[in-house]
Amino acid sequence: MQRQQILYLWMSESAFDTEVVAWAFHDGTNGAGAALPAGDPPYASGLAALEDGWMLLQAPHVPAPVPGRDSEVGYLQYEFVFERRLDVVAD
Amino acid sequence: MPASDHRLTTREMARFVVDGYLRFDALVPAAINERAVDEMRRLLPVKFARFGPNVPEEVEGVAQPVTGMHLSDCYPPPSVIGEVLRLDAVHGIIESLVGPDPVFDHDFVHFIPGGSPFRQHLHVDAIIDSAEPAFDIQLFYYPMEVRAGEGGTRFVPGTHLRHVRAEGLSRYQRIRGEEQFSGPAGTLVVCHHGIWHAGQSNPSERERWMYKIRLNPCVPQVRLWNTADLAALQNDASDHVFATVPGDSVGRILRRKHSWQRGHEERYDLTARARLWRHLSGDERYDVDYYLTRLEHRAALGDAEASA
Repeated sequence: MQRQQILYLWMSESAFDTEVVAWAFHDGTNGAGAALPAGDPPYASGLAALEDGWMLLQAPHVPAPVPGRDSEVGYLQYEFVFERRLDVVAD
Repeated sequence: MPASDHRLTTREMARFVVDGYLRFDALVPAAINERAVDEMRRLLPVKFARFGPNVPEEVEGVAQPVTGMHLSDCYPPPSVIGEVLRLDAVHGIIESLVGPDPVFDHDFVHFIPGGSPFRQHLHVDAIIDSAEPAFDIQLFYYPMEVRAGEGGTRFVPGTHLRHVRAEGLSRYQRIRGEEQFSGPAGTLVVCHHGIWHAGQSNPSERERWMYKIRLNPCVPQVRLWNTADLAALQNDASDHVFATVPGDSVGRILRRKHSWQRGHEERYDLTARARLWRHLSGDERYDVDYYLTRLEHRAALGDAEASA
């Protein structure tokens, strides 16, 4: 049966090959699948994650700035979501 | 500054604007720290009782402060927590940021026993906070040593001026440049209310204690620190990294980047810092890298055109 691993990478800009500034990993295989590479962050860029076998699920929407609130800062904006589907043995 | 003046310096205030916190290692003497743990141990059940039907007003001679009370009325003697809050050095820090007698918002005793897996997601403390430059402070007081690897508070320097909701931050498992507190007993970390942070599990065999108190300003937060060095450090609006940068200045301190600030987005954080420094220094024309001034000049031209 298949299980999913999800990787969030927040990049410094909207381009796929910019630097990773934050990340999160959710492992639906409960440890049976491959772990993230050692590293802080685990991948230098989104491109590096693709090269390691991750599939892109979602790229960030980049809305135009709202006049008067052009420089407002909030959440990390450039969120890319990846998945890996892995075959695991049923219990 | 005079030895009797415990207020912050301009450089420390600028660092607070950049990082969202200041840290003072072993500020509270050992003799107080040991007694503080005893008092926190007695207060702990009371703090949790707030969420139940019966809230005691006093525990073994320690009167509980009420939201809206002035700090000078909180934890009267013989409270050890009160003794900490009334130390000259602590009072000077508080006065510099929120005035001489701020308003008590709330407090809590955080206790994580050795081996506890309990940990929080990354969050900010109030579910709603304005984006105004006025701010609250939170004092994190660690009466016992927290060693590296013992799961001290996780926090992300420089995130305090981002306008977010608490639950929106939980998805960030790791952020470049985040830190985990470790330090000697008696350390005080003073934070802007907006800093992203989270309590962490305690893999050690030792107890971990922390007392946190939130304080609201009750005077405008303008030049409350020791401003003896302000005139020498305050740059004017011509400070611009792409043109002319004064050597030793507030602008040079405010321009410092954090590890998670890559690319161009850090420039928006820089404008937020400049706005906060305008508020703190009372200098409406203050700027770093010309971002605010450029727009204001353009807007003034538009206004002149409209009225012509």
